Amino acid sequence: MNDEEIAGYFEDKLKDDDLSSAIAAIETLLECLQRDAAETLSGLIHNLKQAKEVLVTTDCLATTSVSSGSDLFLRFITLASLELDDFKEVKEILISRGKLFLQKVSTCRTKITHLGMPFIKDGCVILTHSYSRVVACVLKCAAESKKRFSVYVTESCPDKSGNFMAQLLQEYDIPVTVILDAASGYILDKVDVVLIGAEGVVENGGIINKIGSYQLALCANALNKPVYVLAESFKFVRFFPLNQQDLPNQFKYRASTLKKGANLSIEHPSVDYTPPSLISLLITDLGVLTPSAVSDELIKLYL
Amino acid sequence: MQSADVGDPSKANKAVKKSVKKERRKEKISNKGDSSKSQQQQSVQQFDGAVAPKSKAELRAERRAKQEAERAAKTLKKEEQAKSNKAKGPQVSANLQVDDPKVQKKAAKKLEKQQVPQRTEGHKKVTLFSHLHQYERSVSITKDIGFGSTGIHPAIIKLGLQYAEGIITGSNARCAALMNAVCHLIADYETPPQKELARHLESKLKPAISFLNQCRPLSVSMGSAIKYMKIKITKIPSDMSDDKAKQELISDLQAFVHVNITLAKQAISNSACSKISDGDVVMIYGSSSLIIHVLNAAFKTGRNFRVVVVDGRPKLSGIRALRHLCRAGIKCSYVLISAVSYIMPEVTKVFLGAHGLLSNGYVMGSVGTSLVSMAAKARGVPVIVCCEAYKFCERVQTDSFVNNEIGDPRDLLATDGSSSGPLIKEDAYKNLDSLKVLYLTYDVTPPQYMAMVVTELGMLPCTSVPVVLRVRSFDT
Repeated sequence: MNDEEIAGYFEDKLKDDDLSSAIAAIETLLECLQRDAAETLSGLIHNLKQAKEVLVTTDCLATTSVSSGSDLFLRFITLASLELDDFKEVKEILISRGKLFLQKVSTCRTKITHLGMPFIKDGCVILTHSYSRVVACVLKCAAESKKRFSVYVTESCPDKSGNFMAQLLQEYDIPVTVILDAASGYILDKVDVVLIGAEGVVENGGIINKIGSYQLALCANALNKPVYVLAESFKFVRFFPLNQQDLPNQFKYRASTLKKGANLSIEHPSVDYTPPSLISLLITDLGVLTPSAVSDELIKLYL
Repeated sequence: MQSADVGDPSKANKAVKKSVKKERRKEKISNKGDSSKSQQQQSVQQFDGAVAPKSKAELRAERRAKQEAERAAKTLKKEEQAKSNKAKGPQVSANLQVDDPKVQKKAAKKLEKQQVPQRTEGHKKVTLFSHLHQYERSVSITKDIGFGSTGIHPAIIKLGLQYAEGIITGSNARCAALMNAVCHLIADYETPPQKELARHLESKLKPAISFLNQCRPLSVSMGSAIKYMKIKITKIPSDMSDDKAKQELISDLQAFVHVNITLAKQAISNSACSKISDGDVVMIYGSSSLIIHVLNAAFKTGRNFRVVVVDGRPKLSGIRALRHLCRAGIKCSYVLISAVSYIMPEVTKVFLGAHGLLSNGYVMGSVGTSLVSMAAKARGVPVIVCCEAYKFCERVQTDSFVNNEIGDPRDLLATDGSSSGPLIKEDAYKNLDSLKVLYLTYDVTPPQYMAMVVTELGMLPCTSVPVVLRVRSFDT
């Protein structure tokens, strides 16, 4: 599969709104694996790594999760040493492992929903930021179990994805109000809990999320409101930023912007980094974790 | 039953005795295997007022009951004693109980047995730290050591003197020198007849380690190395020849130094370099061999940064770091620790070395490290600690008082300039009772002041130390 085919397949998968970008990337990689014509294991892995590079440089909503998801997929399928002679058998094993990984990863959202339900109490007021599929899923489940709650969503410029989230929540019959990004401090008095998604979870338990999450977390902390992050385990990335400037450019800006060679000092970054001291709990499919437990889980995943 | 004649007491007694005997015979026939003795006792008491003398069987029963009661009491006592022995609490090292004379007596006896010379405690002790050793610097700790074959190996004596005089400083250097000296010891070692190498070698190592401990308290790195040594010695198979076993041990110890110090240094430099960007102002404290290596490596990759070296008395080890960095061509500034908050607005990152990392995430470093970290955190400057994984220990400490090394107070009183004399003359210091001088060597920094720890396993938050210890215990 050459680069254009990969990019084309990936963009096709992205058109399904319900699919997370990372899962689309993993499906693309699985397809690459099935169609690959390499004769040796190292050749196959080399081709897959190149495919991953193509995916990371394709325009999508969440480059961080694509990068982390692909890394984990490649690690998972090559986990143990394969000492069989027949390469076809090796390839079959890799493909079956890949399908198993994809299956596990597709069930992440349901697990998070189960774990996240107790945190939405009857009569609570929730504040969320921008459009997150996981948060929408959890709120949908809570509404279906007859809990009464109301939601405030920030508009989240520049792409105004908050409006899309509000539309989605209205379809689930949840009372929702869209607020300006600048009004998050004003509204926090009324709010009981802050629920946000994440594009990536870094090694110290901090998160990378749509721009505006950092100041939302700062305000919530100042007013002693708990901040809960809902993230799947394939978003855990082996990266440790020291501050906002330490984030690599490929996470902050869209791939097309980087390709154009634009002047980055006047470009607006699309994500920011929230340090772990501002996050109360991370609700993942590996369980409900404190930020310091994320490092433990990452070591387990990658060792 | 014959009714007793109430009027005549002696007759009544005889009648009682007869009737009792009859009853017993009857009961023996009727209830065989019953607890007849208790029934007989009961039958005796049925007669009111009459106190019949107890029969032999009854006396035996009473004696047996007494014995069993005493036995039960004894076992209870033993259990309580055992419980109280366990409840004595966790074992505290004798080095932390210097104010307890009993514990010190025991420790002194132990050292005498091992033929290790003891250091004299100082005269003027600071009461807050009376639980720690506050030694006086003696002329030579080794003047009483003989050179017999049962004594301490000369390589160890040399090493001890180098530690005591401050010729070898820095945890990596001390650990590497220790392994080197132990390799010499093993090479010259010969198993006496009818003894096994694995067991006897350990008994040879114990006095050596006690001696080194007396010269200068063991560092965390040395403790880790000694643990590894002991594990390797116990794992020697008994059928291996002595020469082969010695060779393998020596190569194992050299591999330990190579993997945990040399290779780890390179791995840490690679990760830590990525955190230094162009235009950075990096602050370091004192002299850490690892940090100097990291900065050199970063400079070689062509990054443009400058370094601020913070130094503290009386060691003034920052001058050594300054020399190394300037020789490599890095732009440096030099301040004393009293100016750390003055210089902090210019600084973008702080890199610190560590003596050891404790299980609760606290970092043990040379005194002054926690000051620099707190000043950095107050201004939002990230603090990065670089530490090899073998320096992670299972101890837990929340303050610098419980366990520390107290140096010679005279070092603090001397000034650096050779023209002016010491701050206080020797006899004036001795006579001034109200003046006590304290020279602490280490301090402990809580994890909330550090952004990350860089080890050869990668970049981790400070709270992940127990995870690393767990992973490493799987490997060994």
